[in-house]
Amino acid sequence: MIEWFLAKYNYWIAIILILIGFYAMIAKDNLIKKIIGLTIFQTAIFLLYISLADIGPLPRGTAPIVSEEILSKGYVYVNPLPHVLILTAIVVAVATTAVALGLVIRMYEEYGTIEEAEIIAIERKL
Amino acid sequence: MAGIVEQLPVLIIAISLVSAFTILVAGWVNKKACWFISLGTIFIQLIMAIAILNHVLTVGNIYYWLGGWMPPWGIEYVMDALNGYILVVLLFLSLVCVMYSRRNVEHELPDKIVSFYVVYQLLVTGLCGVTVTGDIFNMYVFVEIFSLAAYALIASRGGISLKASFVYLVMGSIGACFVLIGIGLVYAVTGSLNMHDISILLPQFYGNRAVQLAYALIVVGLSIKMALFPLHTWLPDAHSFAPSEISAMLSGIIIEVSTYALIRISFSVFTLDFLRLVPIFDIISWLAAFAIIYGSVLAIAQINLKRMLAYSSVSQMGYIMLAVGLSLSTKHVLWGGLTPALMHILNHALMKGCLFMVAGAFIYKAELWNITDLRGLGRKMPYTCAAFTLAAISMIGVPPSVGFVTKIYLIFAVVEAGNFIFMAVILLSTLLNLVYFWRVIETMYMKVGEAGPHHEYAKPVKIDEIPLTMLIPVLLLGVLCIVMGIIWLTEIPIIGAVPIMDTVNKLFEIGRYTVLP
Repeated sequence: MIEWFLAKYNYWIAIILILIGFYAMIAKDNLIKKIIGLTIFQTAIFLLYISLADIGPLPRGTAPIVSEEILSKGYVYVNPLPHVLILTAIVVAVATTAVALGLVIRMYEEYGTIEEAEIIAIERKL
Repeated sequence: MAGIVEQLPVLIIAISLVSAFTILVAGWVNKKACWFISLGTIFIQLIMAIAILNHVLTVGNIYYWLGGWMPPWGIEYVMDALNGYILVVLLFLSLVCVMYSRRNVEHELPDKIVSFYVVYQLLVTGLCGVTVTGDIFNMYVFVEIFSLAAYALIASRGGISLKASFVYLVMGSIGACFVLIGIGLVYAVTGSLNMHDISILLPQFYGNRAVQLAYALIVVGLSIKMALFPLHTWLPDAHSFAPSEISAMLSGIIIEVSTYALIRISFSVFTLDFLRLVPIFDIISWLAAFAIIYGSVLAIAQINLKRMLAYSSVSQMGYIMLAVGLSLSTKHVLWGGLTPALMHILNHALMKGCLFMVAGAFIYKAELWNITDLRGLGRKMPYTCAAFTLAAISMIGVPPSVGFVTKIYLIFAVVEAGNFIFMAVILLSTLLNLVYFWRVIETMYMKVGEAGPHHEYAKPVKIDEIPLTMLIPVLLLGVLCIVMGIIWLTEIPIIGAVPIMDTVNKLFEIGRYTVLP
């Protein structure tokens, strides 16, 4: 029972962070807090992917660099592919955050506020 | 020439990317050149897409290995009949929209012309990329490319379109992140990212909860992107406040490409055996039926013309997903399998593209947003209103237009599947479509009075016909609504329309090629 929880702690942390980020995106009114929630959500997914790279029984793998030592002594190394996928996904997340922040800047210039409730109230009066 | 067709899938993407940066550089020199470069690029891409489709139908599938690396270690671009068809539809609608956008962008966004065409070309790149790729992570990256371009283009008008784009950004990013988790779980179980490879490795894991969770996440994530009820709430605001050609692209092709991504992942990655195990397609059919009624009812309540068309899009996505949900249960040669769904992707692009562009024409000429302001426009803008009427009667489903073809094939498919509640839903929605489209046609042609808002301070508006570069796309789409309907009905093999659907059904072994265990 305890191993089921403690041995997979990185997956549990990833899930909890996904839920925290998701909650922030939905429930927070301030637009910047929504973007922070999006960033937490995406970072937690990266954590999930990197945890997937090291599936296997002990001993835990080492860095996947081809060298004489690893090949001759037969060390276990982690799977480098999820790390590569995460690099691509980080670029996507950075681009999304940049577009989102650009939108928030323009909204601040337009409405003078970044609280969603106030923006809706301004629009309703117009 | 057989050699060059093999390279065309990647050439379409490469030309588009290079052209986006060429537009940026050329825009510093001469702003007027941007439209010509974009138009020329999309036209060349359309020629290439037709060449690819021709090759796929006559010779066979195209497999392109990026960088020469063999799959499953390298990324592979696979072109089969489903891909080729969606690519041609996508590029045709993009070409028509960019032709329309010349005058509209000069009018609505006069200081952002260069940026508009750069981001538009990147949007087309992303859409083409989703269509040609054969690797699921590559598909996620291209989905994000076109989504980001769409967020930027919707927000380009400023004002309330910023908030609409922000809501779309938050919801679209949630959807994409769900898809990313799903892809990660599939990779964890099978160890491969190539679609064909996963379809071979996955069957032994169908009972694994991670695989089922991955499929659920991918379905929900792509449903947010394609505005399936009840995840459609970003759609009305985004469509109403975007520039008109972007509304036409959104409704006509962006949400359809997300549907294509769902079809591709459901049928090529998680193959038919998985879809028969889990009753996901029944759930999708019921959600789609609710979407059809919900969209139609809410469209009746709208005063803003573009918002009414946006709710109508929610309803039409319900048609496509109902056709997808029924695709496993139908076996007829004409309406079995994926045929009604793919048919409606083209038909909806034609109809909704025309309707949004006409709504944009009214806004371009005299800032007329509401339906009640359109009195008497039938006399002042005769060709535009004629195109609107053709597209509107096509949406209602008058024979022999494309809307009628979709509805009749869908009704036959529902009858064959045996679920008569869906037939009542489709007929009821036809009646509701008639209510809200006829209101617009009546206001345009039969109401007396002058166009424009009706209060004491209103000045009379001077309206004449829209310029030619905006009129040709509108009329082309309007006329194609009827002509394409005749082609579908008589099954003329010149365009190869019905053989495409037949090849897709044969590829996935659905429809009349169903092989029951």
